[in-house]
Amino acid sequence: MTAPILSVRRLSAVSELGNADPILRNVSLDLAASETLGLVGESGAGKSTIAKALLGVLPRTVRITQGEILFEGRDLRTLPRRETRAIFGDAIALVPQDPMTALNPGRRIEAQLTDGLRLRRGMSAHAAHKRALELLAEVHIRDPERVLRAYPHQLSGGMRQRVLIAAAFALEPKIIVADEPTTALDVTVQKQILRLMRQMQKAHRTAVIFVTHDLGVVAQICDRVTLMFAGAVIESGATADILSAPRHAYTRALIAAGPRYDRPEAALKPVPEDLVTRLRLEVAGVGR
Amino acid sequence: MAQDLFVASGLEVAYGGKRRLNGERVGSVKVLHGVSLRIGRGETVGIVGESGSGKTTLGRALMRLIDIDSGRIAFDGRDISELPESEMRPLRRRMQMIFQDPMTSLNPRHTVRRILVEPLLFHRVARDHADAVRRVRDFFDRVALPLACLDRTPHELSGGQRQRVGIARAALLEPDFVLADEIVSGLDVSTQAQALNLLKTLTRDLGLAVAFISHDLSVIRAVCDRVYVMNAGQVVEEGACEDVFAAPKSRYTRLLIDAIPPPEIDPGWLDRDVAAETD
Repeated sequence: MTAPILSVRRLSAVSELGNADPILRNVSLDLAASETLGLVGESGAGKSTIAKALLGVLPRTVRITQGEILFEGRDLRTLPRRETRAIFGDAIALVPQDPMTALNPGRRIEAQLTDGLRLRRGMSAHAAHKRALELLAEVHIRDPERVLRAYPHQLSGGMRQRVLIAAAFALEPKIIVADEPTTALDVTVQKQILRLMRQMQKAHRTAVIFVTHDLGVVAQICDRVTLMFAGAVIESGATADILSAPRHAYTRALIAAGPRYDRPEAALKPVPEDLVTRLRLEVAGVGR
Repeated sequence: MAQDLFVASGLEVAYGGKRRLNGERVGSVKVLHGVSLRIGRGETVGIVGESGSGKTTLGRALMRLIDIDSGRIAFDGRDISELPESEMRPLRRRMQMIFQDPMTSLNPRHTVRRILVEPLLFHRVARDHADAVRRVRDFFDRVALPLACLDRTPHELSGGQRQRVGIARAALLEPDFVLADEIVSGLDVSTQAQALNLLKTLTRDLGLAVAFISHDLSVIRAVCDRVYVMNAGQVVEEGACEDVFAAPKSRYTRLLIDAIPPPEIDPGWLDRDVAAETD
């Protein structure tokens, strides 16, 4: 792999609410330019915490205890604020999970799509409008003028997710963090959105971290995958290797738990309790 | 074939609009366009479709939770399409519901004990409070809940435990029929597998008929005997799960199946469009 554009090194974090169990335990992962990395795990695995750390939006109650987040070789944890301003939400952008709540219901699409262009790129209203039209056309929205004038509730879920993808690519980011971007969508719309994400990524040569719990989605769009459990990385590798020859028992168990439309009798085996207990013990000492 | 429990024919439902003096309805949106289905005793029937296809409306119409504009519904051989609520009430125990989000369908201020005991007393399934508590305790083993959960409130349980409480509440009333509307969406795959296995065991042991509503074809495939595929308020395909999945007849069903990301790497999948190929 060429020098990674992003490298998370032994990152640990604790929540300052309630118990002091780490929510990230020595997490390391690399992302190469223009590749897609799948970040997979069940709820509580820490995948959203990683996503938030990369975007600089960790809640105040989460404290990073050790580790580095190296973006193009610079540690985002120690950079001064005036420099991270050009990174968080700019060079590293977000495609959120729920297109219903991620847009402000009281503002027109144009205002929301051009905020970044005007505030961060200093574009005039006219130039930003033109650029917004191009972006909407790029995400295959047929009537961009009408959509710019619309309020979010006037658009379908799939359309809103297209708008959010356009917004994420507006500032030409180097990394897109996609946090379960298709979980709230119907399957046929999901396929269109996955296709669009890949087109955009190819055209702009953007690296993507794709947070998901769906191994089928991982199989179809991720080059590599990192699997997490209770804040720790369990297994990392090329998607083909992990799916066809998983080394870790938990990976195998997770694959066996999902329903299979092609082989219904082979599926629905819950992750065994003793495996979960063993894993909890294994990771318990890590990252304290 | 199993004896029919539910038989619905030509169901039409519309929302909104106004009724004129002559009874004619104007300005309403039709969401079911003449849907017919049957559910046999002890049979698990899937209802699958995308958002807005009318699957939830169909489930609620079957249970007479919303009014139908035309069509007939028979439950256990009796026409219930126009029964007044007072006559529906004795039947309510026999048709139960499990909801999508246990957080919003279990009273947050009640203990699990109260959540499970009250319906048993209300429907007079249990003789008295002691009998109800005994039934709940006996049932806990079956749904793999620790007895310690009895005195907890819903937010103190895990997502999987909450969903099992929801399943227990329905099953404890010894119904003939359960409507399960998207009961595993939003759960982790492992928790989902547990909930689905539990539902399968209970339906087998108690001889329950289930209408299993889901947008997820893989889940339907895993638990249902037969399936109805809905699109825009109509049933576009119906049949045994095996047949429908192996050789879907309708173009829409094929589109849905093709949109499921295959679990193994398939380099052509993202660009392939069955609908486009067949046109």
